[in-house]
Amino acid sequence: MQRLEDLVDEALTATTSANDLRSLDDVRVRFLGKKGLLTEQLKQLGRLPETERPTAGQAINDAKQTVQTLIESRRAQFQAATLDEKLAAEAIDVTLPGRGQAGGGLHPVTQTLDRIEALFTQAGFEVAEGPEIEDTFHNFEALNIPANHPARAMHDTFYIDEQRLLRTHTSPVQIHVMEQRRPPLRIIAPGRVYRCDSDVTHTPMFHQVEGFMVDERVSFADLKGMLNDFLRAFFERDLDVRFRPSYFPFTEPSAEVDIQCVICGGAGCRVCKQSGWLEIMGCGMIHPQVLANVGIDSERYTGFAFGLGVERMAMLRHGVNDLRLFFENDLRFLRQFS
Amino acid sequence: MKFSVAWLREWVDPGITIEQLVAQLTMAGLEVDSVEPAAASSDGVVVGRVVSVDRHPDADKLTVCRVDVGAPEPLQIVCGAANVRAGILVPAALTGARLPNGMAIKKAKLRGVESSGMLCSAVELGLADSSDGLLELPDDAVPGVSLTGYLRLDDHCIEVDLTPNRADCLSVAGIAREVGVLNKLAVASPEMAPVVATIKDSVVVDIDAPQACPRYVGRVIKGINAQAGTPMWLRERLRRSGVRSISAVVDVTNYVLLELGQPMHAFDLDRLDGGIRIRYARASETLTLLDGQTITLDDNALVIADRQQAQALAGIMGGQASAVSDNTANIFLESAFFSPDVIAGRARKHGLHTDSSHRFERGVDPGLARTAIERATALLLDIVGGQAGPVIEVVIDSELPARRAVTLRASRLEQLLGMSIPADEVTDILRRLGMDVREEGAQWKVTPPGFRFDIAIEADLIEEVARIYGYNELPKTPLTGKLTLVPRPEEARRPAAIRQILVDRGYFEAITYSFVNAQLQASFTAGARTIALANPISDDMSEMRASLWPGLLQALIYNQNRQQSRMRFFEIGLKYSLQDNEVKEEKYVSGVVAGSRYPEQWGMDRNANPDVDFYDAKGDMEALLALSGRPGDFRFETAEHPALQPGRAARVVSAIDGAVGWIGDVHPAIARKLGLVGRVVLFEIAAAALRCESAARFAELSKFPAIRRDLAFIVDGRTEAGALRDTIANVAGDALVDLQLFDVFHMKGLDSGKKSLAFGLTVQEFSRTLTDREVDSLMEQVVAAVSGKHNAKLRD
Ligand SMILES: [Zn+2]
Repeated sequence: MQRLEDLVDEALTATTSANDLRSLDDVRVRFLGKKGLLTEQLKQLGRLPETERPTAGQAINDAKQTVQTLIESRRAQFQAATLDEKLAAEAIDVTLPGRGQAGGGLHPVTQTLDRIEALFTQAGFEVAEGPEIEDTFHNFEALNIPANHPARAMHDTFYIDEQRLLRTHTSPVQIHVMEQRRPPLRIIAPGRVYRCDSDVTHTPMFHQVEGFMVDERVSFADLKGMLNDFLRAFFERDLDVRFRPSYFPFTEPSAEVDIQCVICGGAGCRVCKQSGWLEIMGCGMIHPQVLANVGIDSERYTGFAFGLGVERMAMLRHGVNDLRLFFENDLRFLRQFS
Repeated sequence: MKFSVAWLREWVDPGITIEQLVAQLTMAGLEVDSVEPAAASSDGVVVGRVVSVDRHPDADKLTVCRVDVGAPEPLQIVCGAANVRAGILVPAALTGARLPNGMAIKKAKLRGVESSGMLCSAVELGLADSSDGLLELPDDAVPGVSLTGYLRLDDHCIEVDLTPNRADCLSVAGIAREVGVLNKLAVASPEMAPVVATIKDSVVVDIDAPQACPRYVGRVIKGINAQAGTPMWLRERLRRSGVRSISAVVDVTNYVLLELGQPMHAFDLDRLDGGIRIRYARASETLTLLDGQTITLDDNALVIADRQQAQALAGIMGGQASAVSDNTANIFLESAFFSPDVIAGRARKHGLHTDSSHRFERGVDPGLARTAIERATALLLDIVGGQAGPVIEVVIDSELPARRAVTLRASRLEQLLGMSIPADEVTDILRRLGMDVREEGAQWKVTPPGFRFDIAIEADLIEEVARIYGYNELPKTPLTGKLTLVPRPEEARRPAAIRQILVDRGYFEAITYSFVNAQLQASFTAGARTIALANPISDDMSEMRASLWPGLLQALIYNQNRQQSRMRFFEIGLKYSLQDNEVKEEKYVSGVVAGSRYPEQWGMDRNANPDVDFYDAKGDMEALLALSGRPGDFRFETAEHPALQPGRAARVVSAIDGAVGWIGDVHPAIARKLGLVGRVVLFEIAAAALRCESAARFAELSKFPAIRRDLAFIVDGRTEAGALRDTIANVAGDALVDLQLFDVFHMKGLDSGKKSLAFGLTVQEFSRTLTDREVDSLMEQVVAAVSGKHNAKLRD
């Protein structure tokens, strides 16, 4: 019977000299297998006096444990090396671009409209739509703009025939809604509008958002408060907002709203013509005649209305310097907003 | 309205800077459009008196002048102007001066003669657009005085963009009135005493249309010198208001228009046949206007006529026949009130827009006519001489605009503005505005002045009070109200979802014009009754689109011309057509696809990434159809469309709505005509067809295993896969839970002209596990039905 110490030494030598998992396994079989050298030792325990058996058995088991540990640690070395090889072989160039379909993008006018809608819907406004080919009644008369009114000449209207035209503003949606529904009303109406005008700062088609609210005791102060909040929320800045008297046949009092120039911060620049202010929208208290035209009692109800140009809002928010870019659909332009 | 600040300051001088004045006007609702110096700088230009004029020894057209510029010795200046002569006073630019046009004046030799300066025309000084010869200055000019000082050129011109309601500010007097109100200052009008008649000449005035013209004031002035020059000061004021000097008589009437806001007209008295009659035109009556155009009138046109014919289009423009000319000796001056309703729209009808029509349309103070004619008479007598007759005035009081009192309630004022303004302040504001105010407890009875045509209801007064009080002094309050949650239909997310699906699939949203070229559109809309614009801006925008495709293809070409080859655009917008003469607006989702299926990328060669075709677009369209929650309701049918290539086009049919869309390759003829490169696929679907009427409903999941069987059929090459699909689905019935077409290929050799279609059928029951025998039997039924119906052969 070999001495256990020798067997362990032998196993150490064999383990160390094993070059791969397979020869390591041979070592395991040789020492720990069913007929392995250490296993054989256990089988011979019976030959020892009974009193020595526990000690000797303990010693053999310890030796087996030691050899087991030797083999396991050697195996771990081999596995680590194999993994390293695999990792090295599978390494990739992470700087190569990703693959698949490329995303497109929404038009900046749509994005701006979405933004405006999202802000107003926070305050309980609903979105309404109206026809783009209007009759003169809804586009003009119902809004207190009779035939031959100077304000009509200012609208540069595209006509289809005597009665029909392309709406020159989204204000007629006020009339359509109020013909159908009674106050309280909080509505915004986005859409295309048309003016027979085309130059560097005008396109014959553009987008407006009309908004209005009708309820008991709606005041000019409410209008000022809401537009002030809206403009600051839209531009995400505590802008100065000012209201200037103006004139629209369908509101009284009427106002133009200016914001502190978002380009120069009010110091004066080319965009604001050195004034520090940008004209941004028109608004006012709905004219009692307009309410009367749709059968709403203007003594009981008051309301405000406002209209803003979407392209202008988009230009200011995104720094676009040419209105015409919105309708050229140049991919190089559209990609900048995707 | 453009005016000179110096002129304004003669009426009212608030003692504030130009910047403050501009801010004040703007915030009062008189939006200032521009502020410019009255003249470009003319430093170094002084008044000069031409002492002597000698011929240039070597140049026919030049003269050698000696000019007194206030220095001890006259200067020698060579001059080329025809009107140069000894004794006249002219602007002399001294050496070192720089003229507004940039010219620097240096000592120079002109054809060998020394010249120490230059005599100037009005054009050279930036004071006129054209001139003939030197600018001759009045006798009171003193040699050596700077021209800027003499002509008071250190002035500014302010242009206000007046809203149509503020006709009362279309004059220096009106602006002055407003500035007076804003600064709580009295306004001083120049002396306008009546001019005593020195002759008895008069003209009979008959008003046939008293509603249209309730007041007509006229006056005869005889023996004028129509060729007299307009004085420099008056010309300068006209110029600073943007009005060209024409002749002394016309200049005076224009001056009074600018000063007081009263349009006037001067007739050549000797060209008038008999008295003046204010009447409506006779049908088809013609009139040749001052601008030379002859117009045919209708019986809504108000005219000023003599016994024979119309001599002026009332309140708009005079006629050529009775116009004042250089030879005119006697004139008849008109200063009238025409009702805005009668003038409104009339000028535009004839393509005209005059300073006169602009004012009458908006409203001229009906009490102004007499003051104006006195003012004009005094100026005319000063400038062109002559003798004035008595003022002729015909007035029908009952037809003059009524000045109706309007009630303003303190409660309403507070409610509409959201704050209360002290009663005495309200009274003060209204009185300053020239209103007649009676306080009656908690309300005011307010009668507007004759020059305000925009005060008819309580809200008008509230605006006036708010305007003068200052809009920015009014409070801002946050919105309040009941916050009610309203139901949100499934449908509400649709438009955003449509856009998102397409964007995720690589599409860019385009926005194209709603009007297109009619000829281009004709290729896309056979049959549709399109809507033409009566007044299109150009041929390319002459008709409302009945298809979104022309616009999208133009966007494609625009980008193609900018070296883009892979393009996917969509647009959501209206199509317009006539149906039974009713306008129909239908919202469509339309798209165009061209270029490679995927963006160019590594690891994907041309075979793996071919150009898009019908099926790529169809896949995108199917994704849209799925939004309805009932994709099975839609079918693609082979059909023909004028814009699509026959054999590669399909109509999309909804089980609920019928035909709702199209998809296909652009017709090769159109592609060639438009210069499209490569294959281009179009699609469109009515947005309404994608509506989702209810939330998705859960269906029980089967607990039993699903079994898949694959069947490949060989059919004629023209047999549609869809037909086989329908047959399989019908026969397999409810047990069929999934049906995939997983392989298509065209046969070669013996079976050339045929194709193989391979389907994967997944079957499953809800109540039990299907046995192999049951599945086999079902497959046999499927095979039998497909073979029989489609002349198909099962492939081994
Ligand atoms: Zn700025």
